[in-house]
Amino acid sequence: MHQTLTQEVAAAPSGTGPVRLGFDLVQISRIEDSVRHFGEAFEQRLFTPDERAYAHDGTGVAAQRLAARFAAKEAVIKALRLAEAGIDWRDIEVCRLPDGDCSIRLHGRARELAQAQGARAILVSLSHDGDYAGAVANVLGSSPTPTEHSSPPPQS
Amino acid sequence: MTTSTTLQAETQIRDVLRAHGRLNRDVDQVAVGDDLYQSGLTSHASVNVMLALESAFDVEFPDRMLKRSVFASIESIGRAIDELRSA
Repeated sequence: MHQTLTQEVAAAPSGTGPVRLGFDLVQISRIEDSVRHFGEAFEQRLFTPDERAYAHDGTGVAAQRLAARFAAKEAVIKALRLAEAGIDWRDIEVCRLPDGDCSIRLHGRARELAQAQGARAILVSLSHDGDYAGAVANVLGSSPTPTEHSSPPPQS
Repeated sequence: MTTSTTLQAETQIRDVLRAHGRLNRDVDQVAVGDDLYQSGLTSHASVNVMLALESAFDVEFPDRMLKRSVFASIESIGRAIDELRSA
């Protein structure tokens, strides 16, 4: 994944769209606290049904999976510079691929704004260790050769 | 803080920030125009603040208000609450 990402960035021609990074780090226990305090409202506001289903498909992993996904959404917001756009967090969806990697699927206004910026693909990498989960997102502009781990063009 | 925002509303906002903002200094020492992100507010904490504000003021933040700048200060939060309550 790291090699593919590096190759993609190196191959992206200049002046054809954004090539930007975003990173976010989240404390897992605090996500757990939020779920405990705000209950369904917290999860429903931030995560799609599929994200929630995956997070709860296991024992004792929900908080770390939700934390990693929240970090990924924030990383995408940073990479696409959407902090002032006023978008629904659920319009940035983390999808798990069969090989275990994750991709980003954009919906609604997030998708429209990404397309307007010339974003062709968004690469994302999630990780967690101990009490922390982090994610990095890489927005790629127009580039001729999609790769195995690139997300498909933003779609709803 | 806008002139239409009551002292009671400011007190409620400070209570929410005290409970959910995880600021790196005493909320009572934060001026209404101070940058809350510079005072330690994180993106995750701002979500908690938003949910707690919705409960405290019986409002709902629409997508268009889910901006970093809306939660950047007590003053900007007060303006948003004013707008939501007068809608």
